[in-house]
Amino acid sequence: MDMFVLQMFNGLSISSILLLIALGLAVTFGLMNVINMAHGELIMIGAYATYVTQNLFISYAPQAWFDVYFIVALPIAFGVAALIGWLLEVVLIRHLYGRPLDSLLATWGVGMMLQQLARTIFGAPNVGVSSPAWLNGGLTIADGIVFPYKRLFIIALVSVVLLCMYLYIYRTSSGRRMRAVMQNRSMAGCLGISTRRVDGMTFAIGSGIAGIAGCALTLIGPIGPSLGTYYIVDAFMVVVLGGVGKLVGTVCGALGIGMFNTLFETYTSASIGKVLVFVCIVAFLQWKPRGLVAIRTRSLD
Amino acid sequence: MMSALLKTGSLKMKIIWAVVLIMMCLAPLISTEFRLSLLAKFLALAILAIGLDLIWGYGGVLSLGHGVFFGLGGYAMAMYLKLQASGTTLPDFMGWSGLSGLPWFWEPFRSFPVALLLGIALPALLAFALGWFTFRNRITGVYFTILTQALVLITVTLFVGKQEWTGGTNGITGYNAIFGFTLHSAGTTIALYYITLAVLVLAYLLCRRVVNSRFGQVLEAARDGENRVRFLGYDPAGFKTLAFALSGALAGIAGMLFVLQVGIISPSMMGIVPSIEMVLWVALGGRGTLIGAVIGAVVLNAAKTGISEAYPEGWLFVIGGLFVTVVLFMPNGLVGVYRHVVRLLKRRGEVVHVPVSQEKPKVY
Repeated sequence: MDMFVLQMFNGLSISSILLLIALGLAVTFGLMNVINMAHGELIMIGAYATYVTQNLFISYAPQAWFDVYFIVALPIAFGVAALIGWLLEVVLIRHLYGRPLDSLLATWGVGMMLQQLARTIFGAPNVGVSSPAWLNGGLTIADGIVFPYKRLFIIALVSVVLLCMYLYIYRTSSGRRMRAVMQNRSMAGCLGISTRRVDGMTFAIGSGIAGIAGCALTLIGPIGPSLGTYYIVDAFMVVVLGGVGKLVGTVCGALGIGMFNTLFETYTSASIGKVLVFVCIVAFLQWKPRGLVAIRTRSLD
Repeated sequence: MMSALLKTGSLKMKIIWAVVLIMMCLAPLISTEFRLSLLAKFLALAILAIGLDLIWGYGGVLSLGHGVFFGLGGYAMAMYLKLQASGTTLPDFMGWSGLSGLPWFWEPFRSFPVALLLGIALPALLAFALGWFTFRNRITGVYFTILTQALVLITVTLFVGKQEWTGGTNGITGYNAIFGFTLHSAGTTIALYYITLAVLVLAYLLCRRVVNSRFGQVLEAARDGENRVRFLGYDPAGFKTLAFALSGALAGIAGMLFVLQVGIISPSMMGIVPSIEMVLWVALGGRGTLIGAVIGAVVLNAAKTGISEAYPEGWLFVIGGLFVTVVLFMPNGLVGVYRHVVRLLKRRGEVVHVPVSQEKPKVY
């Protein structure tokens, strides 16, 4: 029983990280049909932004302030990643709308350059980020069941981000414009929405969430130039499984993959577990080829 | 072989073709052994590029999973060579991992013809299965691409994880002879070069035939408007699946030849980064042209060898920049640039009207 509860918690924790990474992807993929392969590198940028913030705190701030650095790093990581994502959209992605496979290749190239850039600036070896003291330790539920604070914090963080996204997309006027562009770009344009500005904005938000994901990943382990590539394929699988267009699909996709991954890995091995998850996803797509939740459309090529 | 090649294209093209082929055949005379073996390696990779172009350029399906098919072929050949090198004893890495007997699926690789057959059939079957389960459900475009990428990820995880069966991260190494000939001797190098060249020409001719046939026409039609093809009574899924399987088989052959040239296969050669580099070969050369794939594979691999030797840090910048440049400025690759230049020259020289676009619109 203890074992099972722990596994469930682990699954939930993995799901939350996957969700955080896939959220940004789902936003850009769903809205603009752009496959952003540089998303992983935006995660990396968020992680390094946290690292730099920590170092600045160590160098310039009083010792007692160190523990709050992580709270400061979150908006910084969001801002830096969002800025770079926005630049990327203006310079490159803007020319690739309607060509999803081309956008995949071009952004992959950008990702490679960003990786090499990080390697040049910060060096190839991984660097460690020490997490603030208030996140060490764990919450004891019962004997033998301890939930680490770090994981709990990440789950809470994801919930907050998700709530903000929900409020933004469904409760604000710019979110409504975003949905309008997503569902029918030309019609939205006809009604006076500046689709260009919406695109740039959306891409920046998606990238910013990647930055937050990077910030969260520093709690889990050391960070390096290829940090993002570990998670990017899994995150894309979440988007494919969840279906494009609705937040609830991404949430279900992340929960499904995270939980099944943990389950399979417990009862088989890590490598076989991955194979099983993949087979399950392909099998699931036989039943629902567009993913769990997809916006209905009658359009045909 | 030559005559079939000469049947296509204009007289001028025929002459150019013949000259290129003769030059390729004479290469061993003027080249050092090292460079020849390098060239043979590039030609082996070009075989894979042709297959990739078949499914991407003509089928409109971007696969990022060709590293897996390449790797399966490579492992099949390496398993045969390893068993030959080990003789009656167990391959060394199995001993280190604590195995006492040969796993059952290694047994067939004792025989060369069976290993050869499996090296082609396994990737073809895997490609067929993936294509069958996705194309039939109209999972297309980006979704399919992501699935192929996941396939690469899990295959690499599996090969690294099952160390006792596959040699883990190190892959399968420690063999240097085939049929008693040392792999790196001068004679073997030249023989392997000619074999690779012959297979490349055969693969090119086969794919040329395929794309010129009815099959290729339907494939192209499905690329440009899948639903219209469906309305005409064809089943695009079947065509795509077959083309994907053929593409996988060619990648397997490329993998086998590659192992013979290089003498090692490891998961890092079939991972996500190599798989996407393969796509760049085709993109740079010019997709949908077949010959562009060959040019792209040879040029980029030669560039990689040169640049990584002189400036190892720079390669990622170069390849990243190439992805962006090719996609933005030369969507039809080097062949497209060449055609464009020829067209411009013609238009300037003659007053005669030259049809502006012979190429079909590319919609992906």
